[in-house]
Amino acid sequence: MGKGERPEHTAPPEIFYNEDEARKYTTNSRMISIQASLTARALELLALPPGGPPRLLLDIGCGSGLSGEALTEAGHAWVGLDISPAMLDVAVDREVEGDVLLSDMGQGVPLRAGAFDGAISISAVQWLCNADRSSHDPRRRLRRFFQTLYACLARGARAVLQVYPENAAQAEMMVGAAMKVGFSGGLVVDYPHSTRAKKYFLVLMVGTGGAAPAGREGDPDADEEGGGPGAGPSTVAVAGRERRGKRRGGPGGGGGGGGKDRAWVLKKKEKQRRKGNEVKPDSKYTARKRRRLI
Amino acid sequence: MKLLTHNMLACTIKGVQNGFPLKIEAEEVVEREADFDPDFLRHIFPKLEWAAFLEGARALGCAEGLPDAVPEGALEEEAFLRAFHHALLEVHLEEGALVCPETGRRFIVSKGIPNMLLNEDEV
Ligand SMILES: C[S@@+](CC[C@H](N)C(=O)[O-])C[C@H]1O[C@@H](n2cnc3c(N)ncnc32)[C@H](O)[C@@H]1O
Repeated sequence: MGKGERPEHTAPPEIFYNEDEARKYTTNSRMISIQASLTARALELLALPPGGPPRLLLDIGCGSGLSGEALTEAGHAWVGLDISPAMLDVAVDREVEGDVLLSDMGQGVPLRAGAFDGAISISAVQWLCNADRSSHDPRRRLRRFFQTLYACLARGARAVLQVYPENAAQAEMMVGAAMKVGFSGGLVVDYPHSTRAKKYFLVLMVGTGGAAPAGREGDPDADEEGGGPGAGPSTVAVAGRERRGKRRGGPGGGGGGGGKDRAWVLKKKEKQRRKGNEVKPDSKYTARKRRRLI
Repeated sequence: MKLLTHNMLACTIKGVQNGFPLKIEAEEVVEREADFDPDFLRHIFPKLEWAAFLEGARALGCAEGLPDAVPEGALEEEAFLRAFHHALLEVHLEEGALVCPETGRRFIVSKGIPNMLLNEDEV
């Protein structure tokens, strides 16, 4: 998603992310590493108190589970939702740890109040700024999304949404919609002076009158753990405002077959690794048995 | 779909006041091992709606060892924690439906994925 046409302008998300795109997306090693590092940064901005138990997190626009896997790696439990059946099928085939829901965030998140310890969204919410049907009003859909997101979070929880706004007006529209339903916080911009590395995160808080934290500055490549040359006190570049008042049948998907054994799976994973594809590390759960109860 | 997720799901159709808990109609249920983590179980317990969890566990056939009311101290007991862990995280609804208690609207679960998409007139 660099130069060129923005995917939101080409087709609705559930069409754009079809089977082909879902597969390409999920096997693209560059994509995998970008989404993983965006998720790591989102987790950092979630600012969960360190050393606590694993948390229950929501991943909005979870897609095929690249962002979710980073949550799993950080030790958290998660529930994902996405509007693309093809992306979710890939997630299920890849045996992600989180459960996934087929759901349109613009219709509101289908969750009860107050239970989630936090929410992240990686490269998804800008899709809401487009009207894909005549019945779609982006402002209404944004409002509904933020209202229900706010409601499903526990007090003191945060939502960190990494977005690709098309322009300043769109960024404003998203921030404005979030503030209006009661979130505090704002937009954090990492590496505002680099066209390549510049990234936007909406950092939203429930029930704490906080401002958004600072974005990262300096040299994006040197800046692994905030330690780059420019890593002094970095600044928020844009509007931080305070508020007033594991799966499926046989691995490889396709269903059918079933009953592939562990050795088969390990061999297949090894083959993928040799091709340079990212493959989940083997664990005692690899190809674990699924026992049918009902 | 695990019962952990079921415990968070609600029907949010326009005008619905009591969209929780969704009633489970189970067609296929499978079991998958998950890491046993008492810290997570203790963290999540107070967030759960216990009655809804029990009802779900009964629908999935994994309510054994789960009391109607959880006595004080149960979260320190291995036997309870194991039963809780199993029902919360290891039993999955693969095929079936979730039914809104207020409207009777059915949400289909296929390949473990609940379809929560609403029709235009439900938003
Ligand atoms: C670039 S992908 C990111 C997926 C995943 N978060 C990751 O990091 O790999 C964007 C995702 O947003 C989803 N999406 C777009 N509009 C959506 C909507 N209205 N509701 C839910 N998901 C949506 C798309 O289907 C797609 O899977």
